[in-house]
Amino acid sequence: MSNTFRHLVGLILPLWRWVLASITFGVLTIGSSIALMGVSAWLIARAALHPSVAVLGIAIVGVRAFGIGRGVFRYMERLTSHEVTFRLLRDLRVWFYQAIEPLAPARLSEHRSGDLLTRVLGDIQTLENFYIRAIAPPLVAVVIGLGMAVFLWILHPLLVPIALMAFALMGLGVPWLAWRLSRRAGEAVVAARADLNTTLLDVIQGLPDVLVFGQEAMYLEQVQTQRQTYQRAQTQLAIHNGLQMAANSLIASLTVVALLVVGIPRIDPILLAPLALAVTASFEAFLPLAAAFQQMGATIAAGQRLLSLLVERPLEVPPSTAPFPTTPSIEFERVTFAYTPSGRAVLKDFSLQIEAGEAVMVVGPSGIGKTTLVSLLLGFWEPQGGIIRIGGEPITHYEGEDLRRMIGVVSQQTHIFNATIRENLRLARPSADDTMLQVAAQHAQLHEFIMSLPNGYDTWVGEYGYKLSGGERQRLAIARVLLKDAPILILDEPTAHLDPANTQAVLAGIQQAMQGRTTLVITHDMAGYPMARVVELPT
Amino acid sequence: MRRRLHRYLRPVRRPFYLSISLGLANGILTIGWAYLLTQVIDRVFLQSADLAEVTPWLGGMVVLAVLRFGCTWGGEVAANRVATQIKADLQQQTLEHVIRLGPRYTVGERSGELVNTLTEGIEALDGYFHNVLPQLFLMMLVPLAILIVVFPLDILSAVVLLVTAPLLPMFMILIGRWAGAVSKSQFETMSYLGAHFLDVMQGLTTLKLFNRSLAQTKTIFRLSDDFRVATMRVLRVAFISSLALELLTTLSVAIIAVEIGLRLLYDRVSFEQAFFVLVLAPEFYQPIRNFGASFHASTNGLSAAQRLFDILDTPLTTPSATAILPTPQAGIELRLVDVTYTYPERSQSALNRVTLHIPPRQTTAIVGSSGAGKSTLVALLLRFLEPSSGVIAVNGLPLATLDASAWRQQVAWVSQQPYLFNATLRDNLRLAKPSATLDELQWAAEQADLLGVIAQLPQGWDTLIGERGAHLSGGQAQRVAIARAYLKDASLLIWDEATAHLDHETESRLLDSLDRLRQKRTTIMITHHRQTVERADAVIHLEAGHVVEHL
Repeated sequence: MSNTFRHLVGLILPLWRWVLASITFGVLTIGSSIALMGVSAWLIARAALHPSVAVLGIAIVGVRAFGIGRGVFRYMERLTSHEVTFRLLRDLRVWFYQAIEPLAPARLSEHRSGDLLTRVLGDIQTLENFYIRAIAPPLVAVVIGLGMAVFLWILHPLLVPIALMAFALMGLGVPWLAWRLSRRAGEAVVAARADLNTTLLDVIQGLPDVLVFGQEAMYLEQVQTQRQTYQRAQTQLAIHNGLQMAANSLIASLTVVALLVVGIPRIDPILLAPLALAVTASFEAFLPLAAAFQQMGATIAAGQRLLSLLVERPLEVPPSTAPFPTTPSIEFERVTFAYTPSGRAVLKDFSLQIEAGEAVMVVGPSGIGKTTLVSLLLGFWEPQGGIIRIGGEPITHYEGEDLRRMIGVVSQQTHIFNATIRENLRLARPSADDTMLQVAAQHAQLHEFIMSLPNGYDTWVGEYGYKLSGGERQRLAIARVLLKDAPILILDEPTAHLDPANTQAVLAGIQQAMQGRTTLVITHDMAGYPMARVVELPT
Repeated sequence: MRRRLHRYLRPVRRPFYLSISLGLANGILTIGWAYLLTQVIDRVFLQSADLAEVTPWLGGMVVLAVLRFGCTWGGEVAANRVATQIKADLQQQTLEHVIRLGPRYTVGERSGELVNTLTEGIEALDGYFHNVLPQLFLMMLVPLAILIVVFPLDILSAVVLLVTAPLLPMFMILIGRWAGAVSKSQFETMSYLGAHFLDVMQGLTTLKLFNRSLAQTKTIFRLSDDFRVATMRVLRVAFISSLALELLTTLSVAIIAVEIGLRLLYDRVSFEQAFFVLVLAPEFYQPIRNFGASFHASTNGLSAAQRLFDILDTPLTTPSATAILPTPQAGIELRLVDVTYTYPERSQSALNRVTLHIPPRQTTAIVGSSGAGKSTLVALLLRFLEPSSGVIAVNGLPLATLDASAWRQQVAWVSQQPYLFNATLRDNLRLAKPSATLDELQWAAEQADLLGVIAQLPQGWDTLIGERGAHLSGGQAQRVAIARAYLKDASLLIWDEATAHLDHETESRLLDSLDRLRQKRTTIMITHHRQTVERADAVIHLEAGHVVEHL
């Protein structure tokens, strides 16, 4: 845990100038209101003794200055602390990306990808608020606490322990108590809510099945029961939260009374009013601490989850320098592979020889490791036994980048980036000019479709743009592979989710791509590749 | 909109009023506290009283502190009660409506958004009912109470308070509008820049395959930094409203302090009055500041409420009909006469004057390319949709006159993507027949070739499946769906491209199972696989919403 904390602080350290600025403004903000109330009280107390106006002059200026200062400092504090937040977010993303990139995709595939992504993004968001919610409030509180201690010491040393005790109670005692009390209630709320949300998800996403089986009433009832549990947990938590808020107000009030009891016989009576109002104003620094500690817990947990993803060592092979092969032949020699050391072997003594320029189709029932062949060939995973060769050289002898440069892949799911079609295509060959893009698109049976779009090659696609259909995505993937112009082509069920019309178009593009390339096809649809040699993968 | 939302307060008006009363009581106690504090200091400072003489007043302060403790605590619990109950009511009501709207409304891209509205959206209302609304009342009541006290004490200070109070909300609204306009103009840039990281993470494998993944580091830095710049530009404006709020409130306190101090100097007011007013001045603004701090929760809550009301306002299309189909002795026979269906947002009909006959206890295959209208036909038969015109008749009775859920009991549907519920495998099967015994489950699983799958699962029948549990492959999910169909034992079986994604071996095993299942049942097979068509007694060829062949 302390390790995670150190890691997180390490990310903040380079931003120390901004951090310092934001803490300073934070202290000045609360300091202004303490000074405003203290000096105002002194002004009134002094005025009651009817001195000359000149005596009050400085106090009047001070009151006005602090009155303006508070707002301005708060504004500056919010700007600087948000600078820290967004700089932190930027650095977090870069840091995380740099760490995760070498691990992708093999080391990440145990986590279901959607789940992993939402978790990562949620965790990064939690960490992004790490500074503003968890780091800044305690630092500001410490400075304010010390400042108040000095001020009270000057009035009378006996006041200091009372105030410090109150600050400690508010800043540490109450949060600790709240944490002890509401840990269980908090967990219960999270668990109850997760159950309820799962049922809601089931009802909505599974609604056709719910209706056909006539189970709607049953599900409504289940939702109701689960929500009652959720409500009970929420009530429990509210009782604890309310107690925490109430306890803070009680401590603040009793502290003022205690300071008066100690102060009345001991300090100059003119200072009683400033004492009471300044101390009351200073509590503002300690109220957000309970939330800060909660946030700290959430942050550490999020940090731990992210770091746990990154402790996996990437599968980087020792630097190797085999030259780019002249003949793109592929050979699997007695390859044995399981995803986990103790797991079931997906491949066992599997051998396959593909000559340069030959097309081979691997068939077999679902779930017996056809796609695994692709991951192994790309070096995303390493087999436990046997050797995989390209051009006669074990693939471990190539640089990872070189290896991937040899292989073009069209898989079941092609990611389309939020960018223009042109940019999505150029991903495969950044240097490609428009003519090359068009030729590739024409061969992939995609050009006519692109021209039918409002902005042609400049049409924005992906999640935030035009949504491509399954067939269009696959043809785009083929155009990419053609642009990449790799000597080896891997087709991993490229037509799996397409209807016959789209399948025909995609297959036409594929025939083009297969020309002159060593091709490995993984498919159910044997009819699509008449020229390929068929290899049955044994169960 | 607000008025409609506030109607949900009616069942919880008692805790709602309680939370506001406690908040007001808290404010009044604070006034009392300020009074006692003034008395203590006035007596010691100007009347040279000693500690013993002011002890009763100090004791009074302790009593008030304890009472405030109670009010704060109780108010929080009551406010929570209001919020949780309203969330529950709205959630239940919306869910019921969504179920009535049916799959036509929930499928596709909308489903994610719906789930989100029903979970996160509902939670966004918490802040509105828990904080914003009570604070809206307290923002008016507590300052009013303080004003009533200050007026007789010092009119000038009261005027300062009275003048600044309405300025605050006014400024906040004006600045809020301006800030809203600025952030709206930045919104697209921000959402694009914000989404970029997600996009890269999702496409990491693709990037890696093209050796482009390392180059992305720089892009991520650059776009994230642009995001920061764009966001800060918006925030610099957005934070001005809180700057104005702070500035006005603290400056007013400062003005009152100076103004009252000077008049005290010339003996126009007493110290007692002056100090009392000074202590009350920040308390006057506190409820307004609290409201300002939780104001963004109001916008979130209201936009969530709008989404919920949009769902609730979607009109139902299925008319309620109550007739029950007599138990079909000789099987189910279906006739479609001139059935047309047009999706509301499209001009072309998905089905156009379709007339066809599905004889009882036989297997009819319906073929056609995607977009031919097959799925629409199934949705009509399941009554997820109602025909725009034409009649569907079941054993001579118009389908539209039958009670929808009673009719669905007659139908077993094995779909292309059967939904696996986040429950145990046992419960996933029992969905089809809640009373099923273990023997029946075993039998259905055996018929659907599912026993081998169960044997491999860590906890067998009790293994959690679905999104949060063990992952089943497409073929395995399909077998679950077939086992459900065996359990349901319905008279009409709809086999809806159920083997489209599977390899040949799995497919033929499942089709063998189907052959047993479809005996003595009216069966409709939606497909574009030749292998499946060969098993049918009749084939109907659908293209672009028309029947082109009826063999």
